[in-house]
Amino acid sequence: MNINRFSKNINLLIGTLIIGGFFVLMCISIFYTPHDVTAMNVPNKLLGPNGEHWFGTDEFGRDIFSRIMKGTQTAFSVGLLTVLIGVTFGVLIGGTAGYFGGWIDEIFMRVLDALMAFPGIILALMLVAIFGPGILNTAIALGIIAIPNIARIVRSGFVQHRDSEYILSAKLIGVKTYSIMFRHILPNISSQIVVAATVTFATAMLAEAALSYLGLGVQPPNPSWGRMLKDSQSYLVNAPWYTYAPGAAITLMVLGLYMLSNALRDFLDPRSKA
Amino acid sequence: MRKSWLFLMTILLACILAACSSEEGSSDGNTENGSAGGPQEIFVRVNDDPDFLDPHKATASISFQMILNMFEGLMAPETDGSLKEAIAESYEISDDGLVYTFKIRQGVKFHDGSDLTIDDVKYTFDRLMGTNGGEKMKNNFDNVVSAEAVDATTFKFTLAEPNSNFLYSLTALTSAIIPASNDGKHNENPIGTGPFAFEKYAPGMNLIVKKNKDYWREGLPYLDKVTFVFQSDDQAAIMSLLANEVDVTAVPWQRVNEVTDNYNTSHQNNNSSLVVTFNETKAPFDNVKVRQAIAMAVNKDDIIDSVFSGYAVKLGSNMSPAMGDFHDPSLVDKYPFDVEKAKALLAEAGYEDGFSTKITVSSHNGIYSNIAQIVVENLKAIGIDVEIEVVEWGIWLERVYFGRDYEMTAIDLTGRPSAYEVLNDYISTNDAENFFRFNNKEFDQVMEDVLQEIDPAKQVQYYHQAQAILAEQAAAVYIADYQIIWGSDKAVSGLKSYPFWFHDMSEVKMSQ
Amino acid sequence: MFYIFRRFILLIITVILVSIITFAVFQILPGDPVRTMLGTEADPTQIENLRSELGLDRPLYEQYTDWVKGIVTGELGNSIRFSMPVKELLLARLPVTISLAAITLLIVCLISLPLGMFAARRQNRLSDLTLSSATQIGMAIPSFWLGMMLILYVGLNVEFFKISGYIPWSTSIAGALSTLILPALTIAIPQIAVNFRYVRTAILEQVRMDYVRTIRSKGIVERVVMYKHVLKNAMIPILTVFGLITAEIVAGTIIVEQVFSLPGVGQLLITAINNRDFPLVQGIVMYITVAVVTINFVVDILYTVLDPRIRLR
Repeated sequence: MNINRFSKNINLLIGTLIIGGFFVLMCISIFYTPHDVTAMNVPNKLLGPNGEHWFGTDEFGRDIFSRIMKGTQTAFSVGLLTVLIGVTFGVLIGGTAGYFGGWIDEIFMRVLDALMAFPGIILALMLVAIFGPGILNTAIALGIIAIPNIARIVRSGFVQHRDSEYILSAKLIGVKTYSIMFRHILPNISSQIVVAATVTFATAMLAEAALSYLGLGVQPPNPSWGRMLKDSQSYLVNAPWYTYAPGAAITLMVLGLYMLSNALRDFLDPRSKA
Repeated sequence: MRKSWLFLMTILLACILAACSSEEGSSDGNTENGSAGGPQEIFVRVNDDPDFLDPHKATASISFQMILNMFEGLMAPETDGSLKEAIAESYEISDDGLVYTFKIRQGVKFHDGSDLTIDDVKYTFDRLMGTNGGEKMKNNFDNVVSAEAVDATTFKFTLAEPNSNFLYSLTALTSAIIPASNDGKHNENPIGTGPFAFEKYAPGMNLIVKKNKDYWREGLPYLDKVTFVFQSDDQAAIMSLLANEVDVTAVPWQRVNEVTDNYNTSHQNNNSSLVVTFNETKAPFDNVKVRQAIAMAVNKDDIIDSVFSGYAVKLGSNMSPAMGDFHDPSLVDKYPFDVEKAKALLAEAGYEDGFSTKITVSSHNGIYSNIAQIVVENLKAIGIDVEIEVVEWGIWLERVYFGRDYEMTAIDLTGRPSAYEVLNDYISTNDAENFFRFNNKEFDQVMEDVLQEIDPAKQVQYYHQAQAILAEQAAAVYIADYQIIWGSDKAVSGLKSYPFWFHDMSEVKMSQ
Repeated sequence: MFYIFRRFILLIITVILVSIITFAVFQILPGDPVRTMLGTEADPTQIENLRSELGLDRPLYEQYTDWVKGIVTGELGNSIRFSMPVKELLLARLPVTISLAAITLLIVCLISLPLGMFAARRQNRLSDLTLSSATQIGMAIPSFWLGMMLILYVGLNVEFFKISGYIPWSTSIAGALSTLILPALTIAIPQIAVNFRYVRTAILEQVRMDYVRTIRSKGIVERVVMYKHVLKNAMIPILTVFGLITAEIVAGTIIVEQVFSLPGVGQLLITAINNRDFPLVQGIVMYITVAVVTINFVVDILYTVLDPRIRLR
């Protein structure tokens, strides 16, 4: 077997396994979790992993495994919504800037530069303060932060393609502008967008955890891995299993996403093809 | 092109050198952490910066926790909530309760070496009341008709109406005596008469105070230097204690067992009351039966056990056992946890199918959202559907505390040394801070009467009566007074705990 | 020269835009600086006094224009929370954050450059694959958790490290390092993964070039080929990623300074936002943007110096 092929496949394989695994877990959690995720049983608090509670229980006696399971819903909702917002606006802004060029491009790019010079977590902090916490609002804030990066990628793609012969001929035969932009150019750069979207998903997971650390982010009773990780800090020594479950969940999910994005990038990037 | 690698390394090196050299010259080694430094030197961890060092401008309890070491008032609060004389050597109250006459202690020196005179006392109260053209700084003295020097050692207040709580306005918490000569510089270079003098304040890092060698209480203080280290993360703070980088810190309840072996721990009843409360002008919370039902449905033991790991004392009204006789212990089990009874009460109030509401809590400390989670579960059992809204502290203050635009919230009401203030503040309609908008004529009358009462025993009766009304009316769900667990190095002795936030360093010693 | 001039103008425009964005966000940000600062114990008199004293009773746009006027004269105004000049607060904290960022950058370079070269030489062998996967794990760990774990398992066990606070270089160089290495490592670990990938790709690209084949055919030792020729030429693409990484490091300091109680600019920024301290937030945001944009600017200039072809574009 060609080891080069294998190297791409290993990213793809493990990445797909992880994300697929979490996706299946999410689907199951919609219908079934071993225990109620919000029901409290304080006398049973902070039990270590056992047959009944695979990952132990938290400070309210809730089953950590069930909460991790249910947390996949929060993770996918936040991640996908963030990607949706980031990609929609990123494509609109980047596409317009790249296709039309000139002063439109200049203005858009300067604003994007400014947004990118701003530390993302700070912008997220202020946006969450305005919108309020919660799944949707967190995703809106994180989505806004993701826009500049995606817009830049889309823009350079549009710049690359707008002067190519097939676009010029499309223009000549009178194809409408929006049709050229979204039917002809966009599909050509869809692969780059998919890579960027995967990375955005991963970044959103980490940003949600950081917001949770600062007390914001997704709020209870929705189980969120970030919030669980923050809460577990009080029990680092007394109940270490409590922190490892959400910590491992976030790390695995983000790792899976990065691996997928790398596999996709390698697949698309002609330079790394030997 | 040839030199690119070299070039990059040079830049890096330059960066590091720039970082090094920019510090040079500004050294005074103040952040040299660790208790091994001097023999009588201590590092105390505090959550946050003070709001002001000027004792008249400061309001946050976090500030007084530190600056009470630098300032004194005519009176000083004791560990049991009573008062003793400080700058005042003795005092007399006229029989009608209107005239307070203070003999000023002689030989007290300010930190700059100057003597404390009657002019400084006059200056202090003029400044607070805004009588000398300045802005009024506190509302506590609205009832004062005149505050004047009788002679070089006597100061007299005349009140418009009797106020049995007036002495509590004369501690450093409200009216620290500060020198007239320092006017305009009280915040930059605070000067007081306390056991420690201001040395340096580095925002975000620390506040350093040093021994006042001329302190009027003989032989005190023992410490040469106290460094209050600001550290906001509770989890990092306990690690600092374990790493010997601080000597005293509050230990998170969940982690007390990590320090019990190698450190001293002391438990302080915080004298705050942790409440789950309602906006009582909004339906259905204007209905006393609904409030009582909620008080019965909330499982206080679960909250104490899970949020505070058991380190909290259950309350029945807005007064903690930390206040001694003022506390009425009979109210603790007024509303035992009883889901069936709660349901019945709710049905009586006309809400047999329950209702939906929202609890708004601050994000600055995890305890509030944790309490909210338990409340949500508990109220689900009686058919009330509660949504949790977590907001930043600044927004909570704006929306809930000042704006009063909320339905339910959870918060701890800060403890004060005065029983009157504990009951009146936040609750009575004459108090601007009444954010749960409790409105009860009988309660207001009791609080008015107690001010006229001179006999301390009868005052206690009034205070008990007020607590009973709060409990009966379920003005809030009174949950608990949580304890602060202080972890300190074994070498530290002489720490005292007060019924309010104060790190009293005056009698602290470090043994080697 | 025109290129440099144009870049410089763009830098200024970016900074102005960032300031306007911050201002706009503050317009709609709920919360009041004075109330937040004084908390629940404040009485209304105190709140009113302080508000007029600080000039906060004026409309925000007036405060903003005043602030802009201040900038022109080099003054950043007074912080609301700390009642002292923003400039003073910033100057006290800059050394902490600059040191932290510099050490982080150093760690990233020292680890990712050799690692990237090593992986490139062993392209697609098992060691390359292992390294690629291992560094990716570093990118996937939430930074505050990583910091906590480092404190718990390294900070508390290795005497040398301090886990909170900062000791200035002038007091003790070892002391400064003892407070900075763990937080720097926390920020560096994810960045190593990013940089490692770039180095590896850049080297691989060079190795395929004809000149490498020529040098190799001359019989020059492989190490000399790699370090003297390949790495040098690979530096140009690697350099671009440094602008990116520096921005990430600056952003990383914000959370990590919080975890390690480092009194740096990032920690100050969180305090400033929580307290709605508009002048302070503006001051810090200015500093961060100028830093990030300037580094990108310098990288760009370096780029043109190293590769004259860029100027023609």
